[in-house]
Amino acid sequence: MSVPQIKLSKITKTFPGVRALSEVDLALYPGQVTALIGENGAGKSTLVKTMTGIYQPDGGEIFVAGKAVNLQSPHAAFQLGITAIHQETVLFDELTVAENIFLGHSPKTRFNLIDWVEMNSRARALLDDIGASHIATDVRLKDVSIANKHLVAVARALSIEADVVIMDEPTAALSYKEIEDLFTLVEKLKSDGKAILFISHKFDEIYRLADRYTVFRDGEMVGEGLLADTPQNEIVEMMVGRSVEQIFPSRTLDIGEPILTVQNFSHPTEFADISFDLHKGEILGFYGLVGAGRSEVMQALFGMTHGTSGVITSQGKTISPKSPAEAIQSGIVYLPEERGKQGVILDLPIFQNISLPSLSTTSRNGFLRMAKEFELARTYATRLDLRAASLDQHAGTLSGGNQQKVVIAKWLAIQPNIIILDEPTKGIDIGSKAAVHAFMGELVEQGLSVIMVSSEIPEVLGMSDRVVVMREGRMASVFNNDDTLTAETLIRCAAGIEEQAA
Amino acid sequence: MRAFIRNHEFWLAVVVVLMIGATAFRSPGFASPEKLAGIFNDSSMLIILALGQMVVILTRSIDLSMASNLALSGMIVALINAAYPEIPVPALMLLATFCGLCLGAFNGTMIWWIGIPSIVVTLGTLTIYRGFIFLIAGGKWVNADRFSEEFVQYTRYEFLGLPALSWYAIIIVIGFFILMTRTSLGRSIYAVGVNPSAALYTGINIGRTQFVAFCISGALSGFCGYLWVSRYVIGSVEVAKGYELTIVAACVIGGISIAGGVGTVAGAVLGALFLGVMSNALPVIGVSPFWQMAISGAAIILAVIINASSQQKSKRLILKQENAAS
Repeated sequence: MSVPQIKLSKITKTFPGVRALSEVDLALYPGQVTALIGENGAGKSTLVKTMTGIYQPDGGEIFVAGKAVNLQSPHAAFQLGITAIHQETVLFDELTVAENIFLGHSPKTRFNLIDWVEMNSRARALLDDIGASHIATDVRLKDVSIANKHLVAVARALSIEADVVIMDEPTAALSYKEIEDLFTLVEKLKSDGKAILFISHKFDEIYRLADRYTVFRDGEMVGEGLLADTPQNEIVEMMVGRSVEQIFPSRTLDIGEPILTVQNFSHPTEFADISFDLHKGEILGFYGLVGAGRSEVMQALFGMTHGTSGVITSQGKTISPKSPAEAIQSGIVYLPEERGKQGVILDLPIFQNISLPSLSTTSRNGFLRMAKEFELARTYATRLDLRAASLDQHAGTLSGGNQQKVVIAKWLAIQPNIIILDEPTKGIDIGSKAAVHAFMGELVEQGLSVIMVSSEIPEVLGMSDRVVVMREGRMASVFNNDDTLTAETLIRCAAGIEEQAA
Repeated sequence: MRAFIRNHEFWLAVVVVLMIGATAFRSPGFASPEKLAGIFNDSSMLIILALGQMVVILTRSIDLSMASNLALSGMIVALINAAYPEIPVPALMLLATFCGLCLGAFNGTMIWWIGIPSIVVTLGTLTIYRGFIFLIAGGKWVNADRFSEEFVQYTRYEFLGLPALSWYAIIIVIGFFILMTRTSLGRSIYAVGVNPSAALYTGINIGRTQFVAFCISGALSGFCGYLWVSRYVIGSVEVAKGYELTIVAACVIGGISIAGGVGTVAGAVLGALFLGVMSNALPVIGVSPFWQMAISGAAIILAVIINASSQQKSKRLILKQENAAS
């Protein structure tokens, strides 16, 4: 085997409270496609950002063509011939195809101005070379389809003579035909001697394209080798592994009558035919890959999305929330995934965050009653064991786990019937995770019903009574979470590896 | 106490006092109670308008039509007073406020229902509302001799040594202080401005909050329409032309962030007083009007720089604390 084009050795990257990568190794060889496999949150994106100079590793070394390098910036990575094509291509809609290809290294005239003639002709040659002669070089990128944008991104990669091409879920938004074209292109890049890192959740693609694989789990490299020697089952096992010791609260099942019934809930572009029941005192898990449409369904239930069809019945009444305010009125609340952006208001004090949805009850004729607000905030902060020096301090000064408690407190304060948690423990430390889990147990014991969207399999298996698996905007299956439900089953179902009996 | 010293309003107050002190040094008598009361009276309308603009800016919008709204509402009551002097002035004050409210509600509706950016809507209505003045007045002025005595006196009656105009401003400042810190509407306005996305998820209707903000700025513009016509005893197409930018300037100097969500009643009042003191002080010490414009321009830029740098500092501080906690 030749020298790897790029080699990562013992790369470590930590964020406050989270170890995203822990001494991982990865080697990409010229003329080979390496598949990077792992669950959501296994550290794949962090790795890509480290390789392209967006993140600086806290430890470890990177070698390009055998030489140790320091990728201080995206520009440094670019000059060393490393380029990434992202799921949603990061290009400029308002610039032309040729400008996008040559942005940052466009050919210049004698007067140091952009040489448009030269740029367009070179762009033409590059596009023709990858079989994209149907794309004009002078149209704006916004008028180009997603599949063709990928081709433009590939042309850009070739224009800088990249030796390492990273493709981060390039097929996620493509049609069947477009995927075929992309595969032909990958084969061509491969025969040109590029080292390719291919990130995908879809096993059929991986087996078809890749020569080697590397599996990540919880920020660690847990296996690598040649795909030809490794059956699917083995890879799925590596992805799941033995679950990290996490203790979930045990609770006696006491599930009541249905409190929320959703029938044929559909949206023109995001999801279709979603039907499920949520019972009183139940935790219903929603599992799926990133982009499977879980959050979109929940946001539609919460009245954020317009143009949906279907019937939603809550406590015997048909509801059709058209705004979050209406959903809240019907007793449905939603904890968004982007805690910092959508959940807490970092620049407001804790007590104001907690009382914000309850202002109609804590105020009288529109006038605030601060004492009542504080009392409300204190009640729920105590119940959730929220650690803060003072409820008057800004929510932005809290740790991620405590911020999440602020969001939960604000929703509990309005005494909802149904609480939708979207990735409730994403990016928070283990201790706070356990507190959130324990609290979910308490909620259902008090007769609330919980919908939990989660991408963490141990959490889904540890907390849910039943699990809905979504794939590509539809319900793939519903499982009762008894002892026979395994992580493998969920992953297979979410990735569509084999036909599963529902 | 330290937080107090760091705060923008505190330093702005210091600057205003220093300006008064420095001018009094050059021209004794500038700091006399009568003169200061006069400056406050001069600044009263700017204070009221700045508060209206503040509410709009807090919700991440801007109202450029305030001065035109003021001129149109003022012209309407001026014409009515000239034609029917027997209608009591308080009724005219309410009418001017109501006219302003309707004009503001029109802005708000365009922004809420049709979703046009506020800067575009109000740039349009800035011209439209001023155009209406031509239509209703036929391009003519309403001169001083056509107003009733009462109409003119309602901004001049004195109470405890201050003219009524000043008292209107004081009452509105108190009202706004309560509105912004003690009502759920005030809380929603801050929440929408500081993080619209989180406010939306909390069930606050962003469009409606902005609509209400425009109604408030409109109503205050309308009320000031009466005050302006009464104080300067003239109704014309040219009334308060270009004044919308002075109002925005007062807000920016007062530390109200154009990005929304940050700003206080005290800041808006001090920003307006700063401009009021400056325009009174500079002629006294013999500075040309050109320099007045340059100085108020420099003050705006300085205020933005100070605000931007102090906000950056506080963000870094948060990060450190978070690191320490985890």
